[in-house]
Amino acid sequence: MNESELKEIIIAELAKVAPGSDPAALDLDDNLREGLDIDSFDALNFFIAMSERLHIDIPEKDMGRLNTMNEILQYLLALKV
Amino acid sequence: MSEFKMPSLGADMDAGTLAEWKKKSGDPVHRGDIIAAVETAKGVIEIECFEDGILDQIFFQAGQEVPVGQVLATISSEEEFGKSKPAPEAQKPPETAKTEKIPETVKPAAEVVAEAMKAAIPQPPATEGRIRISPLASRMAIELGVDLRQVKGTGPGGAIQRVDIERAAQAQKAAPAPAPAMAEPLKPEIKESPAPAVEKAAPPPVEAKAEPATEAKKAVDFQTAMRSAIAAAMSKSNRDIPHYYMETSIDMTNALRWLEEENLKRSIRERLLPVVVLLKAVAKSLTEVPELNGFWIDGSHQVSEAIHIGFAINLRQGGLLTPAIHDTDMKEFDELREAMNDLIVRTRGNRLRSSELTDATITVTSLGDRGVEKVFGVIYPPQVALVGLGKITPQPWAVNGALCVRPVLVATLAGDHRATDGHKGGLFLEALNRNLQEVEKL
Repeated sequence: MNESELKEIIIAELAKVAPGSDPAALDLDDNLREGLDIDSFDALNFFIAMSERLHIDIPEKDMGRLNTMNEILQYLLALKV
Repeated sequence: MSEFKMPSLGADMDAGTLAEWKKKSGDPVHRGDIIAAVETAKGVIEIECFEDGILDQIFFQAGQEVPVGQVLATISSEEEFGKSKPAPEAQKPPETAKTEKIPETVKPAAEVVAEAMKAAIPQPPATEGRIRISPLASRMAIELGVDLRQVKGTGPGGAIQRVDIERAAQAQKAAPAPAPAMAEPLKPEIKESPAPAVEKAAPPPVEAKAEPATEAKKAVDFQTAMRSAIAAAMSKSNRDIPHYYMETSIDMTNALRWLEEENLKRSIRERLLPVVVLLKAVAKSLTEVPELNGFWIDGSHQVSEAIHIGFAINLRQGGLLTPAIHDTDMKEFDELREAMNDLIVRTRGNRLRSSELTDATITVTSLGDRGVEKVFGVIYPPQVALVGLGKITPQPWAVNGALCVRPVLVATLAGDHRATDGHKGGLFLEALNRNLQEVEKL
């Protein structure tokens, strides 16, 4: 999957956990938790959705350091999903 | 036969708008079943019933605003079902004032409503005595703009019933009325009614329902209602409750290590967030210091045996709710994780149940996700304590005389000094600290 496809999926899943927000409007390096006002439950639900959609495991220690669109993109690209 | 009443879903609630019946007359109902949904300042709340039986008579319909304490419906046993067809007078009178308990000997409903009707709808100066009408019918009459003088009652004693109003409304529509009866037929007339003093006694206005509110307007209304609900509860708290505050720093090394190991064994769906462990530890600590779990009502301290932690959940559109996690202390970690997830989803999706809004025995607010290091809360009356949890941050920490860096959580307690003293509060925070050092035993 290429970068723009992944980005689309990330935005779609973020929009689900943060209804009413516009994840696409954020900069690639903005902190998503702050920018979208999502809490740890929302964040976990986002990672659950991503892992199920892309059939990957995202270990807990990784979840904590994935805070921006760029960080998530690079992480997923490295996994070659 | 028992009565199913509009519950009070908070100290600030006077009335709720019946949004929907989930059951119909004749349906069997069981304790815990959701039988109606009510729109309040806190969103749409699902209302449970507290006994088994058959939903019998229904007195209000969706869209009507109903004062707290008013009987919405009756629940009968199988033998009783359908047998009680009381005359309109036998129904509970609509509560006209605020939220006080309805005395059993208030004026008959029909009388109160008829008087209000007279004020609301222009009547000729001399009518032939009071109009006998059921509460439901009178509300419908206002809603549909039916002139009661033109309606012939077919109920007991000539009382006007719902069917009569429906018939009259149909007839009015069919007749070449001067104005099209489609949009907002009556609202302006009610507003122009030159009797503001009596308007207060009239049934709660239904006009808000009559106009199709836009989404934006709904959002603004919700904001306003939510703010005033919070304002009422928090002002009452600051006015009535002498708070005392305390804090303690807790080394979370052991708890986080246990959590990390535990989560390695779990699939992503089953992972535990720190807040699940924290809530369980709070519940365990309350079993040791039960005085903080309960209420201050009518000048006396009532300790609750059950521990229902109200968990503060912020809403995306603004405001917050603190629904109860029932029997938090009895739940295993997985059960608690599921309960919290479910509660957050339903809170934000506007699908809370009445018992969840009313049952909390203490409140926990966790603002760690927002980077807050410590939070001192305002107690939600009539509760007597609030626990605040901050963000877990790396802090300098002395261990055996040497300095090191540890993940540290600051837990705070706001206590009602009428109910407990600082000593009890201290015992609680001490217990919380101890329990978080051995989370595997929780």
